[in-house]
Amino acid sequence: MKKLLFLLLALPTAAFASESAVHLDHAPVNLNDHESLQRGARVFVNYCLSCHSAGYMRYNRMQDIGLSEAQIKDNLLYAADKPGELMHVAMRTADAKAWFGAPPPDLSVITRSRGADWVYTYLRGFYRDDTRPTGWNNTVFDKVGMPHVLHELQGQMAPVYHTMQGEDGKTHQAIEHFELIKPGKLTLAEYDALVGDLVNYLDWMGEPAKGARMTTGIFVLLFLGVFFIIAFYLKKDYWKGLH
Amino acid sequence: MEKLLNWVDERFPLTSSYKAHLSEYYAPKNFNFWYFFGSLAMLVLVIQIVSGIFLTMHYKPDAQLAFASVEYIMRDVDFGWLIRYIHSTGASMFFVVVYLHMFRGLIYGSYRQPRELIWLFGVIIYLVLMGEAFMGYLLPWGQMSYWGAQVIINLFAAVPFIGGALSEWIRGDYVIGDATLNRFFAFHVIALPMVLLGLVVAHLVALHEVGSNNPDGVEIKKLKGEDGHPLDGIPFHPYYTVKDILGVVVFLIVFAAIVFFSPEMGGYFLEANNFIPADSLKTPPHIAPVWYFTPYYAILRAIPPMFGSQFPGVAAMGLAVLIFFVLPWLDKSPVKSIRYRGPKFKIALTLFVIAFVGLGVLGILPSTPVYTVIARILSAVYFAFFLLMPWYTKNDSTKPVPERVTQ
Repeated sequence: MKKLLFLLLALPTAAFASESAVHLDHAPVNLNDHESLQRGARVFVNYCLSCHSAGYMRYNRMQDIGLSEAQIKDNLLYAADKPGELMHVAMRTADAKAWFGAPPPDLSVITRSRGADWVYTYLRGFYRDDTRPTGWNNTVFDKVGMPHVLHELQGQMAPVYHTMQGEDGKTHQAIEHFELIKPGKLTLAEYDALVGDLVNYLDWMGEPAKGARMTTGIFVLLFLGVFFIIAFYLKKDYWKGLH
Repeated sequence: MEKLLNWVDERFPLTSSYKAHLSEYYAPKNFNFWYFFGSLAMLVLVIQIVSGIFLTMHYKPDAQLAFASVEYIMRDVDFGWLIRYIHSTGASMFFVVVYLHMFRGLIYGSYRQPRELIWLFGVIIYLVLMGEAFMGYLLPWGQMSYWGAQVIINLFAAVPFIGGALSEWIRGDYVIGDATLNRFFAFHVIALPMVLLGLVVAHLVALHEVGSNNPDGVEIKKLKGEDGHPLDGIPFHPYYTVKDILGVVVFLIVFAAIVFFSPEMGGYFLEANNFIPADSLKTPPHIAPVWYFTPYYAILRAIPPMFGSQFPGVAAMGLAVLIFFVLPWLDKSPVKSIRYRGPKFKIALTLFVIAFVGLGVLGILPSTPVYTVIARILSAVYFAFFLLMPWYTKNDSTKPVPERVTQ
């Protein structure tokens, strides 16, 4: 029994260790930080929502992160008329396919499929690559179709290569680190914070009910804990006559 | 009140059924931890049916709408997230409970004479449950739903001669599509649950006909007191009802902890790839079935194709499940319970558990040459447990079985 439990617990690490060869940075997700979520929402609506939809998410759900309906209406409603609408985009799928090679994915549940850390690393992983049609490439998503939308904020990164010997004995060019060749409006630290807010928002948007879920869960477990004590003594009382 | 009861009893066996199945159904008094899982399986069945009914009110079985309707349930339906997580957690917990329930049968010989039919009904329940889970998994219409179903339905295509037509008949199309989704929905919400309920009734009727086994494998009906009731038996109600309530509460604590704090269970109950809508043009790099199918999936992958056909692997996988049917006739031991069995059975059972869990782990991992070799060895152990059973149970040393149950 104990062995079985151990196996089950050790499994997740074993199963996924081999998958991500690229190192992922830890995303500063904090769903209780409403200010960060609101900043992230602004970045999302300003920069992402022109191409990426969040087609399962309603604007007015952002009331859950401390915004009033009026605030949502005045500041965040570029692509919709009413706060009750879903976050759709005007771009047609066929156009998107022609422009980027693949339609930009819907971002409603992107952190649930990719993981917050992946998205955080991805958004900070764009670098200049003139072999790509967009001029951009990415450390965690090689040959990505999306250009670096946030480059005016981050600036432009270029890879510095070093030569190394591969397993097959040939020499390869491998990326050693990145260099800021053209600064953006933000410092790199400010940019990291901005992406952190954005990923925090995306993570919240992936499951807006998560907070309610956790809170409800505590009460359910407390109730079951009390129920357990009653059930325990009930059983004991009924069974005490048996030998 | 009594008059009303009499009126009913003259027309319907209410009091007599209550007595026969609860207040005067005598169960052995020495049930231990392993005996919780039968009633828990029934609890999970009820949880799944009730949560399923509420999901059906909002879910749309349409390839264009299914994925969005699940997210709609998660966001816009009041407590939809709770209903959905209860149902998805319930699916996995059903198998946890059923596997432990079956293991109980293995260690205490609950499948032995005169309980062969209970075991057979149980194995059919297990088979139907696998179908139920498999078809339900397609409904969210995510990438893993789609490609998991693709892999499983393609297994049928490996059947010689009729395979192609057979898989097409199952899909209702040349590819998995709207037709497949609709028929899986019909099977998942009506056909199979109805069959399951009927089988559970048969399982229980057969059980109450012969009486429950116990950790000692002693037939309590052999020794009866002056009142005509088994000396080692106690009425199911109230003794086991209050005891099972305790089991239910502990189970619900685990269940609630998963539902509220880790509904994805690290990707084992809800896979990350299933948050991407089904796309027939994009194959995920690594397709693994949900954890409860992985032991069989590992067996499937372990068997090499023969004569250019994948059929041997498929046949081995099918056989791995179906072999449970003949278990009552493979066991030749004079005793039922592991408590009085000799070392040969204990070693065999331990190896079987290692093989089953090991295959389960391997079925999750991507296959490599080393893993394939291990999977082949474990598959051999899995089948050896059954096929060599007549030999090692007959020749095993046993301890004398007491007349009455021990505490």
